[in-house]
Parts: sequence; C-alpha cells; structure tokens
Amino acid sequence: MHIVVCVKQVPDTKIIKINPKTNTLDRRSAPAILNPYDAHAVQAAVKIREETGGMISVLSMGPPQAVAIIKKSIEIGADRGYLISDRAFAGADTLATSYALSKALQKIANEEPIDLVICGKHAIDGDTGQVGPGIARRLDIPPITNVIEVSEVNKAEKTVLIKRKQISGYELIQTQLPCLLTVEKEINSILYSPLPNMLRAARYEPVIWAVSDLGEVDKTQLGLKGSPTIVGKMFTPPKLEGGKKLEGSSDEQVSQLMDILMERKDLLKLKETSTAN
Amino acid sequence: MPEKFDVIVVGAGPAGTSCAYTCAKSGLNVLLIERGEYPGSKNVMGGVLYRKQMEEIIPEFWKEAPLERPVIEQRFWMMDKESVVSFGYKGLEWGMEPYNNFTVLRAHFDQWFARKAVEAGALLINETVVLECLVENGKVIGVRTDRPDGDILADVVVLADGVNSLLSKQLGFHKEFRPDEVALTVMEVVNLPKDKINDRFNLEENQGCTIEIFGDSTKGNLGTAFLYTNKESLNIGVGTTLSSMIKAKLKPYDLLDYLKTHPMIKPYLEGGESAEYLAHLIPEGGYRSVPRVAGNGVLVVGDAAQLVNAIHREGSNMAMSSGKMAAEAVIEAKQANDFSESSLNRYKDALYGSFIMKDLEKYKDAAHVFEKYPQYLRDYVPMMNRAASKFFTVDGTPKRDKQKEIMRNMTSERGKFGMLQDIYRAWKAVK
Ligand SMILES: Cc1cc2nc3c(=O)[nH]c(=O)nc-3n(C[C@@H](O)[C@H](O)[C@H](O)COP(=O)(O)OP(=O)(O)OC[C@H]3O[C@@H](n4cnc5c(N)ncnc54)[C@H](O)[C@@H]3O)c2cc1C
Ligand SMILES: Cc1cc2nc3c(=O)[nH]c(=O)nc-3n(C[C@H](O)[C@H](O)[C@H](O)COP(=O)(O)OP(=O)(O)OC[C@H]3O[C@@H](n4cnc5c(N)ncnc54)[C@H](O)[C@@H]3O)c2cc1C
Repeated sequence: MHIVVCVKQVPDTKIIKINPKTNTLDRRSAPAILNPYDAHAVQAAVKIREETGGMISVLSMGPPQAVAIIKKSIEIGADRGYLISDRAFAGADTLATSYALSKALQKIANEEPIDLVICGKHAIDGDTGQVGPGIARRLDIPPITNVIEVSEVNKAEKTVLIKRKQISGYELIQTQLPCLLTVEKEINSILYSPLPNMLRAARYEPVIWAVSDLGEVDKTQLGLKGSPTIVGKMFTPPKLEGGKKLEGSSDEQVSQLMDILMERKDLLKLKETSTAN
Repeated sequence: MPEKFDVIVVGAGPAGTSCAYTCAKSGLNVLLIERGEYPGSKNVMGGVLYRKQMEEIIPEFWKEAPLERPVIEQRFWMMDKESVVSFGYKGLEWGMEPYNNFTVLRAHFDQWFARKAVEAGALLINETVVLECLVENGKVIGVRTDRPDGDILADVVVLADGVNSLLSKQLGFHKEFRPDEVALTVMEVVNLPKDKINDRFNLEENQGCTIEIFGDSTKGNLGTAFLYTNKESLNIGVGTTLSSMIKAKLKPYDLLDYLKTHPMIKPYLEGGESAEYLAHLIPEGGYRSVPRVAGNGVLVVGDAAQLVNAIHREGSNMAMSSGKMAAEAVIEAKQANDFSESSLNRYKDALYGSFIMKDLEKYKDAAHVFEKYPQYLRDYVPMMNRAASKFFTVDGTPKRDKQKEIMRNMTSERGKFGMLQDIYRAWKAVK
C-alpha cells in the first residue's frame, strides 16, 4: 500500500493580521504551519498503514522553507517527503496547483505505484477546497470529499469503505483504489508523536524537485501563467455592531437569554424555519 | 533499544545552545531538546546581550545574528516620585566594531543561535519536555521525555533547563528556592515607530540606549527596573526579590503598571502599543546559591546553576560561558572515555577559575545586605533627589551654605553614625 498525502504550508490564520491599507494578509505577522487539515490527512494515512502496512509519502508545492512542514509530517509518521519548488510555480491558483501536483504524483507513481491520495478538506489560507478534486480529475481517479472515516481497506480487491460527512447525517461509499480523499478534522485526533519520529524528522532531508525534474510538463499551465483566477477585490468584513453581552453566573445568563428569546419571538421563528428545512 | 548520543543537552537557551554548538563543532553526536515550540518561544530577557562571551563562541556574530541595536549609551536613574537623578555614559566607540553589547529579542535570537548549532551538526527537537534523568548505578545515563517511546541515552546529560531547574532538583543537586534567592520580573515589549524611539532617546540609526532604574521604580523594594530600546519597540520591565514582593504585598503586574505610568517614564512610552507581556524568575542568590554543578554523567549550566550577577544584570553571558566550559569538559571526557564526576569536575574547576565565580564571589553578600537593610533604595534615593533639587535650584543661597544644608538634612535623617554605618556596610558588600 503506497499512500501519498498532499500537504501545504500556510500562515497560521488564527493569528494573522490583515494589512489595513492593502487588505491583503500580512504573512510576516504569522508563523508558517502545516495546514491543520493536512496534519489530519497524514494521521489518517498513518492509521491505514498500521492496518495494511506499506509506505506513506508526502508531497508539497511551495518555497524552500516548506521543508519544515514535510519534517512535521515525518514527525506524525510519514516515511518520505517530496517538495516541488521552483520560481515557475509561483502565483499558482488552484488550477495550476493541481496541475503541478498531479505531475509530481505521476513521477512518484513511476517510482512506486500509488494506491491512495489524501488531501486536507481545504487550506486555511485559500479555503477553496478545489486542489484535491482538481488532482483527482487530472489523475482520473474518483475524488471523495469531506471524509470522516476510512475502513475496510481491501488490498486484494482494491476497494475501500469511506464515510462522508453530509449536512445532515453521513454517507457510506465503497469505492475503488486508487482514489483521492479530502478529509475533515473529525476523522481523527493528531497523536503526540513518539520520540523516534522526532529524531527521524530532525534528520530527514526531503527530495526536492524543480520543474525540470518533473519530465514532460506544459509550462503554460504552471504558476501565474497557468492561473485564470483573478482576485477582483478583497476586503475585511465590517465588525458586527451593537449587540449585548450577558454577564453573571451561568444560571443568570441563561435566564437573561430566555427573557430575550421570549420577547424577541422573531429570532426564534427564524430558527424554526431553518430547522424545518 | 533507545538511541544513544554522546551528549544530550536539555534546554535551548543561551547556556544549552552554546554547549550544543561547541560539542557539535568538535564532532560529538549531540541532541538538543527544547520544550518550547521553537527555541526562544517562551524565553525572557531584558535584552542586553554581551558581545565578549558571544564572540568567544561565534566570532563576528554581529554580522549575521538578529540583533536589535548596539548599545551606545547606558543611563542609570535614581528615581523618586516626581524626579530623577541620572548619570550615564554615551560613547560612539560602542557603536562600532567590535561593539560593547546589543539589545536583542530572545524569540529571534535564540532561534538563530539554535540554527547555528544545528548547522554545526547538533540535532534539535522542539516541543519535547524532559521529565527526568535516567539514573543507573548512581550515574546519569540518559533522559526520559514526555513522548511515547521517549527514553534516550547519552554518555553525558547537560542540564540547561533554566532557573527553576526541576531536573537538577530531582537529582538532589538543588533544594527549593528561598524567596530571597529569586527575583520575579515582569516585562512588556511595547511597539513604537523607529523615528519616535530615535527622537525620544536622542539616538540615530542603529544606536541603542539602556536605562537602569532604581528607587521608586520598585517603590523602594529590593530590585530594579529597566527600559531598553529595540529597533521598533521598547522593552520595559521591573522585578524585585520574591521575598520583598511578599513582604510589601506587591503584585508584579501592578508594579509594572505603576512604572509605565510614572511621570518620568510615561513620555517615553506615549502612543506605544503593547505587543507582548512576559514574566520570569531570575536567580539572584549568587555565590552561595550555586548548586553542585557536576555529577556522574551530568553537568549543570547557566541559570540552572544559578549563574547570574544580579547587580550587573549579567546572566546570558554567564550562561553562554558556562555552556562552553561544560562542552570543553565533555569533549575531554570523551577523549578519555571517562564520564565520572571526577572527570567532569574539569568543568567545575574551569567555572570556579573564571570571571563567573569570581564575580559572584565578590558580590556574595550584596543581595543579602540590601535585603536586610532596605534603606539604600528606600531612603537614600529620595534623599539624593532632594539634595540634587536643592543644589541645582537657583534661589540666591550661596553654594557653600547649600552644601552645608544638604549634609545637615541627610545626617538628620539617618544620623551621622547611621550614615557612616550604611556607607561602610554597602562598601563591604560590593568591594
Ligand atoms: C482569496 C484568494 C486569493 C488568491 N490569490 C491568488 C493570486 O493572487 N494568485 C494566484 O495565483 N492564486 C491565488 N489564489 C490561489 C492559490 O494561492 C491557492 O492558495 C492555491 O492554489 C491552493 O489553493 P487552496 O489554498 O485554496 O487549497 P485548497 O484547495 O483549499 O487545499 C485543499 C488541499 O489541497 C492540498 N494542497 C493545496 N495546495 C497545496 C500545495 N501547494 N502543495 C501540496 N498540497 C496542496 C492540501 O492537501 C490541501 O489541504 C488565491 C486564493 C484565494 C482563496
Ligand atoms: C526580565 C529579565 C531580564 C533579564 N535581562 C538580562 C539582560 O539584560 N542581560 C542578560 O545577560 N541577562 C538578563 N537576564 C538573565 C538571562 O535571561 C538568563 O540568565 C539567561 O536566559 C539564562 O540562560 P539559560 O540558557 O541558562 O536559561 P533559559 O534562557 O531560561 O533557557 C532554558 C531553556 O530550557 C528549556 N527547558 C526548561 N525545562 C525544560 C525541560 N524539562 N525540557 C526541555 N526544555 C526545557 C526552556 O524552554 C528554555 O528554552 C534577564 C532575565 C529576566 C527574567
């Protein structure tokens, strides 16, 4: 079983500041981290490997500093890491990103056939969730999004059972291998890495490929050139105004809240119609 | 079977990183373990880094290290409620190579320094807490971390885990602190545009200033405050011994607020934005509090060995030098393949023969004297302020008469004999 997990380095958007003049993210204001969903993707791969054996590779496209998140993936339990890094990739949108990643995946598959690709549900800086499905389409394998459980990996039959999160309830799908999953955080909790993984990660040096290492690549589909996305405008949403903060003990707060809800029936109505849907 | 290293260093502060760097440079197999998210992530220092001891580890470090400003002016303030007597020195030679000292932000500096150790060949792992030393037949043989499969072995373990060294306490090297052996210090990083800093402190590009503040900065309690210039921020902090804090029922953050709104300080901070708030202990017990520093397979360095000269606010330099001396002892022990206490005592000998223990010995009674006789900061600082005010106020009184009156006022407050006693006692404590 060979699982490849796509991992992205993102600024920690929990603490990032917005430059008020340009309305863009001030990337210097936040440390770069492994996209949290991708950490869950690596952990999911580790769990599958425990049952089936085999190998986990991680793949990232990014600047040379992205080596840090590959090392982080090794801490979680990946065996190998590949970074594709080249000026030609700069400015890629989701279309160009998924093209570049699919080319790298093909090269990895030439070395060792791939049974499963796992991505995060989305990256916390771009939030599009398009890269995973984009890769699947290019590799012509089924994309299965919003995955919350993977079970019954059958190597011989090349099938796997997947639980997908739905707005209400869930969906169970049996599908073929290879396929591509994008995972939700609920799929697992990240375990505290064992010390031997930490030592291995500290020593690990990933394979780094430039465009020229990827074989036949259509350069017009890479980077800014290959990116039809145009960001028209970005703005910081206005802060919510007004509002009232309930204070006191929890009992007091609950009774204050009940008073408000009983008085403002209109609020409840809104709620009723939405649950009725 | 856990992996084995030549040396494990616990803690990537100045002491641990110096030790790891020096060991790795000489080819030893070194593991540096840090509990923070990255080295420096939680480390606290007023911010003066001394050039000399750092240079002995990495020559010409100022060409690449993330430093804030070279310090070209040091001011000392004796502060009262609405006045201050100040003296200091400003010299342009301190703004040129090889410099005297620098202000630094530890979160940046420690990270850079640890990276140098990694480049030299040390292996660094973060986010890992060492829980205890593994001891076998009276010899430290490794450490246990908080991670699964978390044991790891080494010929020597160097404890650089900072002031509250739980690890050396576990080994019985230390006892718990007495409240008069540590100072509790709180500080804030206040962001301020570069031009404002330069204007307010009378500085030019790449020039820094430090102010040490005594007296009302601690409401007369045993301790000091500081105000240092970074590139685009100020570090302001205050600390007193834990015992004075308890005695005077002071809360550290109240004291910092008091300082920040003090009329002598406030104009410097005007319009600044608080970026970070930090609190940390400083070992101030001095010579008599230094624990056992070497055992079978184990050495203790830096704050963990209580190596701080509180009077001269030197700590990071002693940490670095002690880390380097420990590394040299480990390297020799490795050559002799002897990691017993008597072999590792080379470190102790080097330490006691160096400026570190000589300086600590010189001041061994100082903190005790100032703690026991609080009049120095409490009474003399206001007295000096009153004297200066009188002397410099032009009111038609002849200067000779003023001097007489000043002497009269001072001796009437403490009594002639009391004053002589105080002077003699202070002189004896720091001679
Ligand atoms: C507001 C906004 C502005 C943008 N501005 C520009 C722009 O100006 N110019 C431009 O060219 N593009 C722009 N982009 C797109 C680009 O920067 C995307 O961030 C990038 O293509 C990845 O898309 P994503 O972050 O939405 O990933 P998602 O599709 O949300 O990521 C899903 C999963 O795909 C995988 N993945 C995503 N990226 C990588 C990667 N690099 N390496 C490995 N795995 C990965 C991870 O597993 C991740 O969890 C913008 C996007 C947004 C939303
Ligand atoms: C407010 C303040 C101002 C100061 N100002 C100055 C100054 O201007 N100039 C100066 O020279 N000195 C100053 N000092 C003193 C100086 O900060 C210290 O002497 C110096 O940091 C000591 O270095 P160290 O490496 O021994 O310890 P530390 O810098 O405390 O480093 C210890 C490291 O060990 C790690 N650690 C601890 N326990 C464990 C564990 N169990 N497992 C793994 N890791 C662990 C910690 O996270 C930390 O990174 C100041 C101190 C304070 C508090």
